[in-house]
This record gives sequence, structure tokens and C-alpha cells, in this order.
Amino acid sequence: MEALILTVLLTSVPLIFAATGELVAERSGVLNLGVEGMMLMGAVSAFAATSILGNPYMGILAGAVAGALTAAVFSLFALGLATNQVATGLALTIFGSGLSGLVGAPFVGGTVEGLPNLAIPLLVDIPVIGNLLFNHDIMAYLSIGFLVLVAWFLNRTRAGLVLRAVGNSHDSAHALGYRVLLVRFGAVSFGGMMAGLGGAYLPLVLTPHWSEGMTAGRGWIALALVVFASWIPSRILIGALLFGGITIMQLAGQARGWTVPSQMLSMLPYIATIIVLVVIARNRDFALANSPACLGRLFIGNK
Amino acid sequence: MISMTPRKHIPLSLTLLTPAVAIFLTLAVGAGIFGILGFSPLGSLYTFFVAPISRPDQIGDLFVKACPLIITATGLVFCFRANVWNIGAEGQLVFGAIFSGWVALSFPDWPAITLMPAMVLASIIGGICWAMIPALLKVRFNTNEILVSLMLTYVAALFIDWLVRGPWRDPMSFGFPLTKMYSDAGLIHRIDVPFVGSLGQLHWGVVGALLLAIAGSFVLSRTILGFQIKVMGDAPRAGRFAGFKPHLVTIGVMAIAGGAAGLAGMVEVSASMGQLQPNVSFGYGFTAIIVAFLARLNPIGVIFAGLIVALAELGGDYAQIALGMPKVVTGVFKGILLFMLLAGETFNRYHITWRPSAVMPVSKEQ
Repeated sequence: MEALILTVLLTSVPLIFAATGELVAERSGVLNLGVEGMMLMGAVSAFAATSILGNPYMGILAGAVAGALTAAVFSLFALGLATNQVATGLALTIFGSGLSGLVGAPFVGGTVEGLPNLAIPLLVDIPVIGNLLFNHDIMAYLSIGFLVLVAWFLNRTRAGLVLRAVGNSHDSAHALGYRVLLVRFGAVSFGGMMAGLGGAYLPLVLTPHWSEGMTAGRGWIALALVVFASWIPSRILIGALLFGGITIMQLAGQARGWTVPSQMLSMLPYIATIIVLVVIARNRDFALANSPACLGRLFIGNK
Repeated sequence: MISMTPRKHIPLSLTLLTPAVAIFLTLAVGAGIFGILGFSPLGSLYTFFVAPISRPDQIGDLFVKACPLIITATGLVFCFRANVWNIGAEGQLVFGAIFSGWVALSFPDWPAITLMPAMVLASIIGGICWAMIPALLKVRFNTNEILVSLMLTYVAALFIDWLVRGPWRDPMSFGFPLTKMYSDAGLIHRIDVPFVGSLGQLHWGVVGALLLAIAGSFVLSRTILGFQIKVMGDAPRAGRFAGFKPHLVTIGVMAIAGGAAGLAGMVEVSASMGQLQPNVSFGYGFTAIIVAFLARLNPIGVIFAGLIVALAELGGDYAQIALGMPKVVTGVFKGILLFMLLAGETFNRYHITWRPSAVMPVSKEQ
């Protein structure tokens, strides 16, 4: 049972990273559908850096940088040239899948030493929950840390207020003298870094190898999670754990010899995503209360 | 500071020039990336774009590769024109293959004259059914069609995997995940070109694809339906004032795109595979999105765009064999191409000038 809960927690970590990053980008009014591509670039860079340098912490760094750089490509087009955000995001996912396959080709079949667990002294000795919550790798802690940081930043700081203002009404923010495109560039880059970290978690912790397309739709599920969370950071945690749980159900099912075909169990996370989207969308007020008004809308500066 | 002012009139030369420039820039940037990663830039371009069409019979193969792309992209043009973001054509394609496969495997004794139309119809229904899930959820609950249609792609892939490994597996397949072969009446045959014989794998489905694109062009430019779709995409408020039903347009374009994708699935299986297998599509549904954009959302343009993108796809196959690169690597070119096309769109719509910052311009509008 404890092993099962641990796996659920670990499976949700990449989703927390990617969804938290995308939430910040969307709060600034930018819909970046390239999460899957950015995660793949993060994953392949983390794996490559770790196997070349032999240090998984360098892998974390490489994943974050690769994610942010990939996001910069999106910014160049969607912000700099005001291209359609939906199509640009799709392009980024296609591009990221291709480039990660190219970069990762020499690394297929290799393995790396994963991130070590860092037990937090004293806390880890708490009965029952100690080992569950306080004996993880650094990235698991980081994911929660970033989530708290983002929640604090968005709701408690002036910069967070500016970011939300840009997302809710870019024309007003522009008229007040805020640099709309600069704020959005920052938010998108942060989103890319977080997606890169989420991707990096896959080869560094979950499965210590690289294979093309190894994110298997996690980037898209992260996008759905932001809708599920109705753009409120704390709800991402609930959503990610929920999806982690559903993903793990298939493993648990196989282990217990359920007679359901494995493909049907593998469908669960995707079907659950659809159901969640429907349930959330049904209650319009709840779903859209915090939805950024300018999400996905083009901003042409100095008009 | 970059200043962007909307153009009042887009010159025809720009409309035609943009895709050409986009393709050129894609090749340049793509070659650059391959160079940085230690491959020969010119050699890579040769492998991807010249080697695949260096013999006459390979021209036939190019058309065959373009076939599912042209069919699927023609349908997607309708969606994107109406501003409905169906990106799950891949799943709809798979369901078209499944439905037509059911007909072919259930009625192997039927003659081609009845079996073929039944399979075509089944594939269209299959694609429409799968497309109706995101369409109806969007209309009824306002869910995001992008995410729903995409999630359904994963579900469809797992579903066909289960079918061909489970209930539909041919007992004589020695454990391979394959269904029985379709009867001869369920196969799309190759074209006998006069004097040449067969031209590569060129089959009758290609002719169908070209006709479909032409029909799509007619519907979009000459019918009320096409007009409604364009109005709802460009000016939804105007469309509502004109009494058009946004929900009906959404459902209509999703049905068109789903039906077309389903048909592409049937053609691909009947012409190239002859039986269902776990992978009936190699990302055609996603690639078709790029084809639709390269065609500037014009069904006739889809034919040319389909051939150009098919070349990159064939190149991917060649690179896999010649250089041992994974097949997804074509995504580098496809992604950059989409970026460049979108950027080209901006240069088309806006007059872009560079001027020193600090000086605020006097607005010339009104």
C-alpha cells in the first residue's frame, strides 16, 4: 500500500511542474499548447546531460534550460510576430517531438543513475506519513516549492498582480505603461522551464532511460489540469494527484490480475481527462471565474 | 521598436510568395539544425527532399504518401476556417479504419460493387462518430475541443491496438497483432498507367483524394454552407446577426473533418495494408494540420501542400533507413514549416516596419 501511494506521488510530480508553469503562462494571457514538446526537450536534455556528465543534478539544470529555450521559440513567433497561439503551440509540440528524437537518437538504449532520495532529518521519522512525504528526491520537493511560490507570487505580490492584469486586459495594462509582451515573455519562459523540469523528471526518476515520445501525452494532460484547476494553483495539486492515482490504477490492476485488457486500463487517464473537462465546464461560473479574459488573444503593441 | 499596422489590401503576389518563402526558410533553418547536431546539412537535405523522388516510380509513391494527408487536410480546412480546433483527426482516422475494417471482415463474400461503397460509408460514419464526441461536448458543455479531440486520439490508438491483439486477431497470424486479410473486393487497386504499367504504388484512392479536394473547394467557395463556415470563423458576431447557428456550424465542420479523416483511414488500409494492424496511421492526422496551413486553408492548395509535406514524410522514411534516424525527426522540418507559415501570415496581414523607439507615432487610423 505504501509503495502504491509513493508511486502515485511520483507520477504526479511531472504533471505538477508542467501544469504550474502553464498556469502562469495562461494567467498572463498566453495559451501555449506546446507543453508536450517542451517536456520532451526537457526530458531528452536531462537524459543527455546526465549520461555525458554523470551527474543527475546537471540533468535537472539542462532540462530547465532546454524547456525555457524551447518556450523562447514559441515566444518569438506567438509574441514577437503575433501568430495564432493555438497553431504555434501545435507547431512547438511537433517541432519538440522531432528535435528531441534527433538529439536523443544516440542515447536510445542507455540508462542513467537516477536522482537519489534525500530524507529530511527528523520529519522522516514521523510514523506512517514520514517516509511517504519526507523521503523523496530533490525534484519532488521542488515541485511543491514552486507551486507554493507561484501561488504566493500571483496573489500576494505586485508583480503577480501586473501579470494577472496583462492576462485579463492587455490593452488596459498597455495603456497603464506595463510592457505586455515582456511580461508575457517572462511568463512563457517560466512555463517552458517548468515543462522542461517536468520532462526531466521522467528519465531522471520515473524510468531511467530515454525513448522518443516518452511523455505519452503528459503535456496535454497538464494543459487539461490547468482547466481542471480553474487557473488556481492549489487545485493543481489535487488534480495531479488524481491523475497520478488513475495512471497507477492500471499497474495495480495488472498486479492483481484484473481481467480487463491492459489497453482499456491505459485509456483511463485520457478518458478521465475528458470527464473532468466536462464536469468542470458544466459549472460555468466555477470554471471561468479565474479564467484570464485575454487568454489566447493576440496583442499588437503600439497600435 | 517593431510597428505592425494592418494591411487594407493583401497583394496577390504576397499570398503566393509567402508559402514559397516559408519553405525556403524551413530548409535553411532545418539544415542549420542538422549541421549543429553534426550531420552534413546538404546531405540531410538531399536525403530528405531529393533522394525520395529521384526515380519516376517514386513520383507515384509520393502521391500515395500524400493521399491520406490530402483527404484529411481537406476536411480540416473546414474546421479551421470556422475557427473550430479539431486536432484529433488522427483518432478519427483510426475509427474510420476500424469501421470499414469491420465491414470488410464481416462480409468478405460481397462483390466489390457493394463492398467498396459499404466500406467507404462505414469509414465516414466511423470518423464522424469519433468527431461528434468533442463536437457535442463543446456545443452542450462548452468543453475545449482541442483537449477532448486530442485525448480521444490516444483512446482510439489503444482501442485498435486492443482489437487487433484481442477479438479481431487472425487465429492464423502466428501471434502477430493482425486481422485477417481483406477479401480482394475490399482492396483498392493500383492504377495501370498506359505504356508504363504501374507507377510505384500509385492507386485509385489517390484519384479519389484529388476529386475530394476539388469538391471541398466547390463547397467552401460556392455554397451557402461554405459561406456560413467562413463567416462564423472570421466574424462570429456578424454570423449570429445573420441568423447562422454557431452550434450547427461547429457540428457540421466537425462532421466534415471527421468523415474525411475516417475516409483517409479506410483508403490507407485498403490500398496499402490490406488488413488492420496496431498502427494504421503514422501521425497523418497531425501532419494534415500542417498541410491545411501550408495550403492557406484552401482545398485546392491542399493538393500541392499535401505533396510537399509528403515529400518530407518520404524523406523521413529514407533518413530512417540511410542514416538510422528515428522517424519522428521529420517533425523538425514539419514544426519549423508551420512556424514559418504562421509568421508569413503575420507578414501578409500586417505592414511591419522597424522604427527607433521612444518616439510615439501619431495614430493614422481615423
